[in-house]
Amino acid sequence: MTDVSHLLTLLTVLMLAIFVGFEVISKVPTTLHTPLMSATNAIHGIVIAGAIVATVSLFAAGGSSVPMTIVAIAAVTLGAINVFGGFAVTERMLQMFKRKEGGK
Amino acid sequence: MSIAAPLLDLVAIAFFILGLHFLNAPPTARFGNRLAAVGMFIALVIILIQTGGVAWWAIAIGVVLGGTIGVVAAIRVKMTAMPQMVALYNGAGGGAAALISVVEYVVFLRSGGAAMDPIVSVSLIVSMIIGAVSFAGSIIAFLKLQELMTGRPVTYPAQQIVNALVALAILAIGGWFITIGGTLPPLDFAGLVVLALALGVLFVLPIGGADMPVVISLLNSFTGLAVAVAGFEINSELLIICGALVGASGTILTVDMSRAMNRSLANVLFSAFGSAGGSEPAAAGSGGPQNVRSVSADDVAVMLAYANKVMFVPGYGMAVAQAQHSVKALADQLEKRNVHVSYAIHPVAGRMPGHMNVLLAEANVPYEQLLELDAANAELPTTDVALVIGANDVTNPAARNVPSSPIYGMPILDVDKAANVIVLKRSMRSGFAGIDNPLYELPNTAMLFGDAKASIDALVAAVKAL
Repeated sequence: MTDVSHLLTLLTVLMLAIFVGFEVISKVPTTLHTPLMSATNAIHGIVIAGAIVATVSLFAAGGSSVPMTIVAIAAVTLGAINVFGGFAVTERMLQMFKRKEGGK
Repeated sequence: MSIAAPLLDLVAIAFFILGLHFLNAPPTARFGNRLAAVGMFIALVIILIQTGGVAWWAIAIGVVLGGTIGVVAAIRVKMTAMPQMVALYNGAGGGAAALISVVEYVVFLRSGGAAMDPIVSVSLIVSMIIGAVSFAGSIIAFLKLQELMTGRPVTYPAQQIVNALVALAILAIGGWFITIGGTLPPLDFAGLVVLALALGVLFVLPIGGADMPVVISLLNSFTGLAVAVAGFEINSELLIICGALVGASGTILTVDMSRAMNRSLANVLFSAFGSAGGSEPAAAGSGGPQNVRSVSADDVAVMLAYANKVMFVPGYGMAVAQAQHSVKALADQLEKRNVHVSYAIHPVAGRMPGHMNVLLAEANVPYEQLLELDAANAELPTTDVALVIGANDVTNPAARNVPSSPIYGMPILDVDKAANVIVLKRSMRSGFAGIDNPLYELPNTAMLFGDAKASIDALVAAVKAL
């Protein structure tokens, strides 16, 4: 049972987010492209939320088999690598952007 | 469900968008990243509360394991290895998106339902395919950049046809999956996963050398897309919005980078650019550069110390030799002698856009001294000495005046217009694009052979001694 109006809402959200993405990002100078790439990388780490939802639905559907539990844990692990590593590495890069007077 | 959770999700989304906004300028960039991290923290706490404790131990194992791996790797990674690190994190995100689809597919099979909701079947299969392509492609990109496999394009006969056939097979099986409402037998589904992984590998193999940054950027945007589509699958606006933001940014960055090389994205992806260079280095017919002038560090030191204006032109060679701190030390010595020092940064110098900026920032070079392409080219004709540190193709004048050159039309740094050009290079080997650089044979060019760091250290010592 496809709920057309709900689908349209989601598609609207998708389209607006794409436009916001173009607007907010197209102003970044080359200097910050690597940190930007790294930061956006971290933001798509939100996929971990999807992995958690999927894991919950797996267990809610009457328990999980061992192989599928491993798959679900792997999904959460990969998402966590993406999100925690992404923000940590961006922070490390940005720590180094200092102004001229910044001492040793 | 209470209204609090969706409202807090909205707050998180606002933090992501504001965070990206603050990443626009160096002084606020760090704040921007932290803002986005706070948004992520809020979103994750909400989702954890919403699970109601179901499968808490499986989720805990994943979060602790992945979080530890991610943070430890982020702390340990060398600044020069940043591009492959980003590729790996990106691959992890793509892999997670693909696995979500696998889990949801199994949950559906177990539920014994007759057919999936079309929204779910379409988004499930699309996010699985894109996620798997991004995962496998990122791993190959990592292996290439880490030099665990050849960095050059890997080609074989009928490559495009093989790739096209794999892509067609994926489309056919994926289309069938949607038509039958997701009731594909598990073995066939597994076959589809394998095909998607194979496509990721095959798609990145023929791309090499200087084109790797474009691919990483493209894969970044693929993962964003996979995450957005996964949002439709599990009905999460949070995933749709974040995925779309990243998809849009990755696309802009990818197009910008191809444009910086004056090539279309299609050309980057499908032409196996530079593959010929490895096998026939003297294709230009000149038999390679012969009339090059080699100088000693002492000569260069004198030239630098008595110049008014010196421009450093860093490239991948500086990254490989970890020479950024030595470069900064040399700049300090020159500035003590009132020499005006600046740095010319080509958009595709190194292996990622901004790669040089990050390295020089690590060495405490103030970013006001870094000049982008146009600003640097305006300064070069009045520059006394241009010191090229391990950059090659981005300084090749053939891009300006040899129409038959593979890089003809690519915007370059016009270092040949400086009064003197000193090129620091390990050997006469050609650059990543595998083409000769006539710059080296110009009368105002001299070569200082050796490891970039050793050469610069020698220059620092020689300038100090003057």
